[in-house]
Amino acid sequence: MNFLYTAYAATWIIHISYLGILVRRYKRLQTEIEDLKKK
Amino acid sequence: MKRAFPILAILTAALLSYAVYEGLIAAPTDKLQGDVYRIIYYHVPSAWTAFLLFVINFLASIQYLVRAKTRTDRLANSVVIAIGVAVCVSAYLVPLPRGIRPSAIATTGIACVGLYFLIRRFFSRENVDAVALVAAEVGVVFCTVVLVTGPLWARPVWGIWWAPGDIRLTSTLVLWLIYVSYLILRRFSSSGQTAVLAAALAIFGALDVPLVYFSIWFFRTQHPQPVIGGGGEMDPRMLHVLLINWLAFLCFGALTCWSRYRLEILRREVEETQALEALLEPRSPR
Repeated sequence: MNFLYTAYAATWIIHISYLGILVRRYKRLQTEIEDLKKK
Repeated sequence: MKRAFPILAILTAALLSYAVYEGLIAAPTDKLQGDVYRIIYYHVPSAWTAFLLFVINFLASIQYLVRAKTRTDRLANSVVIAIGVAVCVSAYLVPLPRGIRPSAIATTGIACVGLYFLIRRFFSRENVDAVALVAAEVGVVFCTVVLVTGPLWARPVWGIWWAPGDIRLTSTLVLWLIYVSYLILRRFSSSGQTAVLAAALAIFGALDVPLVYFSIWFFRTQHPQPVIGGGGEMDPRMLHVLLINWLAFLCFGALTCWSRYRLEILRREVEETQALEALLEPRSPR
């Protein structure tokens, strides 16, 4: 059962990490947009 | 379209929760493997989703190259239709290895042609490059899941984490490496021809997808037969749960691609504006 739960947990860790990367990229882009607006 | 996103997100969350319940609790236990076989509900749908995304990357890359000129675009349309017809006809005429169903090959051929024209209908040439990038990136994520869950399933069932030299396992790892190199090329190349180079790499890389899929028929391998379109047999209740999980992962993949696509379009707009700003900025006199 340990292998089963590890596999399920690993799957979601990978997907959530990727979604986290997307959120970070989006925030960085928002900062750049705000900088452009200030100019 | 803005309203559709939260609706799809809610539907996907509900479907994923239901799929987890079906996979962990409702699906019957396998007589031979016990509960560990339930890894199939994450391993196989992730593999199918990754393959689909790599095929989308392949079709989008072709379109990015051929749509540069009207003549090549028209020629490509005719070639794609001709290949689709040839695949459908030859699936029933050419003797296939035992276990491969001609209908599965024909359906795949028709689906690929349909996908090609769908992408062509909804995306401009510039945006089709973004589609290729997004499909490769999300495909790599799903392929990573396959490569992580595979050994976690193999260890209790085969007694080993990885079968060195096994063609199915090795070709999947090579597929992952090809698309990781594709993403590295796109991220770090500063050449004006990056999109063209990446499209060419994607076309060659996609050749590994059928090799991965058909390797179990043409080579001796430890990996079991596929559960759909091949010689493998599965309990209908298990198959039902597998298809629910695939649908859930497809929706999740679509949602991730959608978010990533919007982000990519926004990033390109920001880059263009920054370039324009840099051009318009008054230079200090020397």
